Amino acid sequence: MTAKVVTIASGKGGVGKTTAVANIAVGLAQDGRKVVCIDGDIGLRNLDVIMGLENRIVYDIVDVVEGRCRLRQAMIRDKRLPELFLIPAAQTRDKNAVSPSDMVRLCDELRQECEWVLIDSPAGIERGFRNSIAPADKVLIVTNPEVSAVRDADRVIGLLEAEGKTDQGLIINRLNLSMVKRGDMLSVDDVLDLLAIELVGIVPEDENVIVSSNRGTPIVLDGKSKASQAFINISQRLQGQHVPFIDLEDHDGLWSRLTKFAKGGE
Amino acid sequence: MDFLNRVLGHKPKSAQNAKERLQLVLIHDRTDITPAVLEILQAELIEVISRHVDIDPSTVRINVEHEGRSQRLVADIPLRSVPRRRAG
Repeated sequence: MTAKVVTIASGKGGVGKTTAVANIAVGLAQDGRKVVCIDGDIGLRNLDVIMGLENRIVYDIVDVVEGRCRLRQAMIRDKRLPELFLIPAAQTRDKNAVSPSDMVRLCDELRQECEWVLIDSPAGIERGFRNSIAPADKVLIVTNPEVSAVRDADRVIGLLEAEGKTDQGLIINRLNLSMVKRGDMLSVDDVLDLLAIELVGIVPEDENVIVSSNRGTPIVLDGKSKASQAFINISQRLQGQHVPFIDLEDHDGLWSRLTKFAKGGE
Repeated sequence: MDFLNRVLGHKPKSAQNAKERLQLVLIHDRTDITPAVLEILQAELIEVISRHVDIDPSTVRINVEHEGRSQRLVADIPLRSVPRRRAG
């Protein structure tokens, strides 16, 4: 096995990086892939609670780096999907406990163990971000259709380019279609025009995401919601499958029926 | 639609606002060229070019334009038409 290392970054906090990591990982694991997630947010770990694995942490990434345990011992196996693992961040240390070269070494070891390594980068562009992107083969940038999130995403894209990390993909998270329709939210095309990188996913705003985080059950495990399908699509695109982007049109809505009628009912 | 909105006195939609503001802010974020730097550049360019060529400083325009993720500095410097000298 030679894993591909994918880092999820955003610049701005709160745009949905951790949710994206958990759900893309579940999507890949449901396809039978062996996946290891790494929480890169030392001091502010959260991937454990989003994945529902918080009660099973014994060792963390700093324990591995400082030699208190073997890599395998820090990998928590998800009971729902036996091919899915989490390496949690340390909660009582800071980002300087790990260096970019530590991350490269750790991921090189993991490359032999699994097929996908997903790293959840912390917000910001400092040490934690540097650590998280150092081993990345590909970086997914998560943004929301809002000015601050798009601006920060652009900054991250620029920093990645400067580092030679040119394999990048964009996830537009929390798109509210009715706001886009009435002209009060940047559309997918607007964001793509501004950021000019390849799109890998559009995730509609979905209340179920909060419900699933309350329960510690990534939404992809539940299956049916819009956001869930969007994350499944992203994990399939990562594997090289050609999956059309979700149809954002509400075909049965009054507006779409009226416009169809006006166009001659095609 | 834009025209209709303007005639009816509607405000532009906020998404349009957001996009236009971001377009400007991203240019400056990406290049580190602030409007103030552009102004200095423009003044100095005018000074240098005026030494050799007759231009009208009020018509000079300097902008950062972008195509995809690459930016370029574009200067538009119209030349004053020089009355032709008669031979002899």
